[in-house]
Amino acid sequence: MSQLIQPSTADFLALEFSQSTQATLALFQQANNWQERYRHIMLLGKNLSKLADEYRVESAQVRGCESDAWLYHSEIDGKHYFLADSDARIVKGLVTLLLIACNGKTSAEISAFDADDYFSQLGLQGQLSPSRTNGLLALVQAIKAGVVDTK
Amino acid sequence: MDLSTLRSQFPALAQSNDGYPLCYLDTAATSQKPQQVIDAMNHYYQFDNANVHRAAHQLSARATTQYEAVRDKLCQLICAERREEIIFTHGTTESINIVANGLTSQLRQGELILIDSAAHHANIVPWQELAQRTGAIVKPIPLTGDCRLDITAFDALLTERPAIVALSHVSNVLGTVNPVAELVARAKQVGAITLVDGAQAIAHMDVDVQAIGCDFYVFSGHKMYGPTGIGVLYGRFDPLDKLTPLMTGGEMIKTVSFSGTVFNQLPNRLEAGTPPIAEVIGLGAAIDFLNALPKTPVREAEQALLVYLQDSLQDLGDIALYGAHSDNLGAVAFNLAGEHHQDVGILLDQQGIAVRCGHHCAMPLMQILQLNGCCRASIGVYTDKADIDNFITAMKSVKELLL
Repeated sequence: MSQLIQPSTADFLALEFSQSTQATLALFQQANNWQERYRHIMLLGKNLSKLADEYRVESAQVRGCESDAWLYHSEIDGKHYFLADSDARIVKGLVTLLLIACNGKTSAEISAFDADDYFSQLGLQGQLSPSRTNGLLALVQAIKAGVVDTK
Repeated sequence: MDLSTLRSQFPALAQSNDGYPLCYLDTAATSQKPQQVIDAMNHYYQFDNANVHRAAHQLSARATTQYEAVRDKLCQLICAERREEIIFTHGTTESINIVANGLTSQLRQGELILIDSAAHHANIVPWQELAQRTGAIVKPIPLTGDCRLDITAFDALLTERPAIVALSHVSNVLGTVNPVAELVARAKQVGAITLVDGAQAIAHMDVDVQAIGCDFYVFSGHKMYGPTGIGVLYGRFDPLDKLTPLMTGGEMIKTVSFSGTVFNQLPNRLEAGTPPIAEVIGLGAAIDFLNALPKTPVREAEQALLVYLQDSLQDLGDIALYGAHSDNLGAVAFNLAGEHHQDVGILLDQQGIAVRCGHHCAMPLMQILQLNGCCRASIGVYTDKADIDNFITAMKSVKELLL
């Protein structure tokens, strides 16, 4: 994923999630119904600050999303960091869930990451189906491909 | 036919989705299929499976008889003058491509092609490609503020004597209806070749191609309760006969030798290769299904339901409706306040509601409406008031979550 414009190392490192993956999983497992799950998703999306307009460019866009979604990647000291955004709130939340699982991880950890299993544990089965227009499958592929590229 | 049993003839509608009954409001994308269509295709594969027009044996004779009978049914359905004017294709898109490609040698540099601004991509891109090949120019016919075709602007464009005018009968996004007979008559006065895309009209209204007066009329089987993979190209005999075939090969030839090939007559000349036989037979069953419906009550009920859908959405509040008129057909386009159409679609899906969200393959229309996309709820003969009420209840949950 080589992009002409790239956020700085500081931008990548600035993204921190107040929720750890385990805490996020717990949050979702406690949800009683889909309404609660989707409320959590949208709240989580607020962890990602809006990408500045200069970064909302076509070269960073992930194909396969009905909404617009952008993804940036950087490898810092052997770990992978991501910045992302979407103009749809649920997609942005789903992207946040992916970043919670992948941010600051090694190549081996990301390669081993089973996104299908992860979303199932969150009660979000089927989000990765190729027929879905949320583009999540494309995002997972972009994350994994980006990590492989920079190995 | 007893209308109370109409819905039960569609097996796919009986399922539920995570405890929510399936509420299918995506008929404009593809309609559900009645049991008799499914049965007709199964019967062909079980008992009559053979290629058409070729073999001397009984199976092929049965298959060919059924296949050609559907051409006659279509001829009646759309009031064509001759059965040779009905060409089987794979769908609306292929039909338009056959026409646009077939006109290549008839078009000259600088000639004008007028297209409908609200058209879906299938009635835009083939014309752009034709223009690329020939040096012709494509111009969109503007819309009025209330999303109807701008007749004054159309008349002004006609003074430039367009060679081709391509219209939609009904907009796939908005459901607005074009007065095609009137528009075609004006286009004919300046000598234009006319094509009407009837993909969204054929299941909702009577289509009489002679009354419309167009040269070409195209539609798909799967939007009229028939199978996917089958479409129709109607053409008035003379303009149809002048089209250069897009596809050449088997079935469309009279004689082939290594010194040259003589093409067959219509309709075979434009039906190269083994056709989708089961799908043609399925389409025949769909026409039987439509013909057996008590037309007036069904049409009136469908129209009342569409208006009920428009009104219910409006009453919900925080809704933007696009080009909603009471004389629209089949579809309602909307957005919830400033919310992203995809968020709305995902949350509706959680509740078993199937709608389409996106640009609906009509990006130029989205640009005119200044939208990234929108949601579209669309109905068919099987849609009932409970579907609309379930949809509105689901929209209330979506509003609660998003607003």
